[in-house]
Amino acid sequence: MKPPAFDYHAPAGVDEAVEILAEAGAEAKILAGGQSLIPLLNMRLVTPGHIVDVNRVAGLGFVEAGPDGVRVGALARHSQVERLPELRRVQPLLGQALRLVAHPVIRNRGTVVGSIAHADPAAELPAVLALLGGSVQTRHAAGGRTIPAAEFFVGPLESALEPGELAVSVFFPALPPRSGTAFAETARRHGDYAIAGVAALVTLGPDGEPERAAVACVGVGPVPIVVETPYRAGWDGAAEAVAAAIEPEDDIHATAAYRRHLTGVLAVRALGQATEEARG
Amino acid sequence: MNEITLTVNGSVARVVVPARRLLSDCLRHDLGLTGTHVGCEHGVCGCCTVLLDGDPIRSCLMLAVTADGHEITTVEGLAGPGGELSPVQRAFHESHALQCGFCTPGFLCTVTALLRDNPAPTEAEALEGVSGNLCRCTGYQNIVKAVHRAAELTAEETGPDDDEAVR
Ligand SMILES: Cc1cc2nc3c(=O)[nH]c(=O)nc-3n(C[C@H](O)[C@H](O)[C@H](O)COP(=O)(O)OP(=O)(O)OC[C@H]3O[C@@H](n4cnc5c(N)ncnc54)[C@H](O)[C@@H]3O)c2cc1C
Ligand code: FES
Ligand code: FES
Repeated sequence: MKPPAFDYHAPAGVDEAVEILAEAGAEAKILAGGQSLIPLLNMRLVTPGHIVDVNRVAGLGFVEAGPDGVRVGALARHSQVERLPELRRVQPLLGQALRLVAHPVIRNRGTVVGSIAHADPAAELPAVLALLGGSVQTRHAAGGRTIPAAEFFVGPLESALEPGELAVSVFFPALPPRSGTAFAETARRHGDYAIAGVAALVTLGPDGEPERAAVACVGVGPVPIVVETPYRAGWDGAAEAVAAAIEPEDDIHATAAYRRHLTGVLAVRALGQATEEARG
Repeated sequence: MNEITLTVNGSVARVVVPARRLLSDCLRHDLGLTGTHVGCEHGVCGCCTVLLDGDPIRSCLMLAVTADGHEITTVEGLAGPGGELSPVQRAFHESHALQCGFCTPGFLCTVTALLRDNPAPTEAEALEGVSGNLCRCTGYQNIVKAVHRAAELTAEETGPDDDEAVR
C-alpha cells in the first residue's frame, strides 16, 4: 500500500504546469487534494510516470460568488467553498451537496475541481454541475477552452479533459429566481459514497406551483443522469421519468432493482424539499 | 530524492525523501514519530489524522513533498511543554474513550481541531465531528462522551472571562 515511483513536478504557475503537462503527455497525472488520486496510487490502481503536483500553483485557491454564480478555482478545498458566506444565497445546492461529500477531514484537502475532474458517477458534485448546466474552464500549452457540463462527463471516471489539459476553475450558475434546490441520498454509513442520490432544482410559476423541475441522479449510470421532471398535480410522473432514464447496476451494496426504486423515492423527496425551499 | 523542511510539533525538521513517500511514513520512519498510526492507507479509518497548519488531514493521503514548508502537529505535539496532557487527552483518559488505543491519535487530533472551531458542540455536531474516524474497540459511546468532557475541561480552564475575550 505505497505509491509506485514517479517523477515529481511542483510547478509554481499555470504556464509552467501546462508546459510540464504537455511534455509528459499521457504519462502524467495531476495531483490536487489527493483524496482520490493517492488512494489509487497506494493501491497501485494507477501508475503514472509523472505526477504534476499543482498545490504550489499561484492564483488557483479562490472561490468567488457573483450575481451569475459561483466560480471555484482548482485549489479551493471543499471546506473553503462550504464556508463561503454567500453560498446559501447564490447557489444553495453546492452547499447541500458538499455536506454529503466524505467527512470534514477529507474535505479539508479535497478540491471541488478535483471532484469534478475525477468524474466519478457516484460523486455528488458532478451531478450538481450537470443539473445546473455549469462549465469547466481549462488551460493547455496551446490555449484553453470552456467545456459545458453536458459535454464534460463522458463515462465512469472519464471526462472530456485531454492529456496535457489542466482544469483551472469550475463555474456553477446561480439559483434562478423563485427557485429552490435539495439533495437527497442514501448511503450505508454517513460519509460513504451513496447507494443512490438525487439533486433537484425546482422553479415556481407565478401561481406558486412548480413550473420547471429537473433532477440529476448519482450512482445509477455511467455519468450523472439529468432528467426533466414535470409537475402534474404531484411528483408521481417524476418518479416514473427518473426510473425510466437511469441505468443502475447490481453490486455488493444493492441490486439494480433496488437502486431504481430508491432513486424514484429520493427524486420525489428531493423535488418536494426543493419546492419548499423555493416557496421560502 | 527531495529535501524538504517541515515544522513538526514546533521543531524544524529537514528530511530527504523520495517523492513517493507518504507524509504518514515520513513522520513515522524518517522522523521516528510513531504516534501517528497507519491503518488502511486509503483515507477511510482516520488513525493517521494529523493537523496541517492547524487543520486535520489524512497523512496517508498526502505526499511528504507536498507538505514541504508547512506546519504539522502530531499526537506527540498535543501535550503541554512539561508533558501535561491536553484537555482532550485528559477527557479521553477520564471517559475511558480508548481500549487498544490504535485509533486514539487520529481521534485526538480530530477532536482538538473540532473543539477549537466549535468549543461547545451539540450531540449531532460531536457525532459528525468524529464520524470519519473508525474505532474497532470502544463502540464510540465513550468517545462521544469524551468530546463533551473535553469541551467542559477546556471551558473550565479558559475561564468565563477569557471566553468572553475570545468571542
Ligand atoms: C474516505 C473517503 C470518502 C470519500 N467519500 C466521497 C463521497 O462521499 N463523495 C464524493 O464525491 N467523493 C468522495 N471521496 C472522494 C474525494 O473526496 C474526491 O474525489 C476528491 O476530493 C477529489 O478532489 P482532489 O482535489 O482530492 O483530487 P485528486 O485526488 O488530487 O485528483 C483526482 C483526479 O482528478 C484529477 N484532477 C484533480 N485536479 C485536477 C485539475 N485541476 N485538472 C485536471 N485534472 C485534475 C487528478 O489527476 C485525478 O485523476 C471520498 C474520499 C475518501 C478518501
Ligand atoms: S491510514 Fe490514513 S485513513 Fe486509514
Ligand atoms: S481503541 Fe482500539 S480501535 Fe479504538
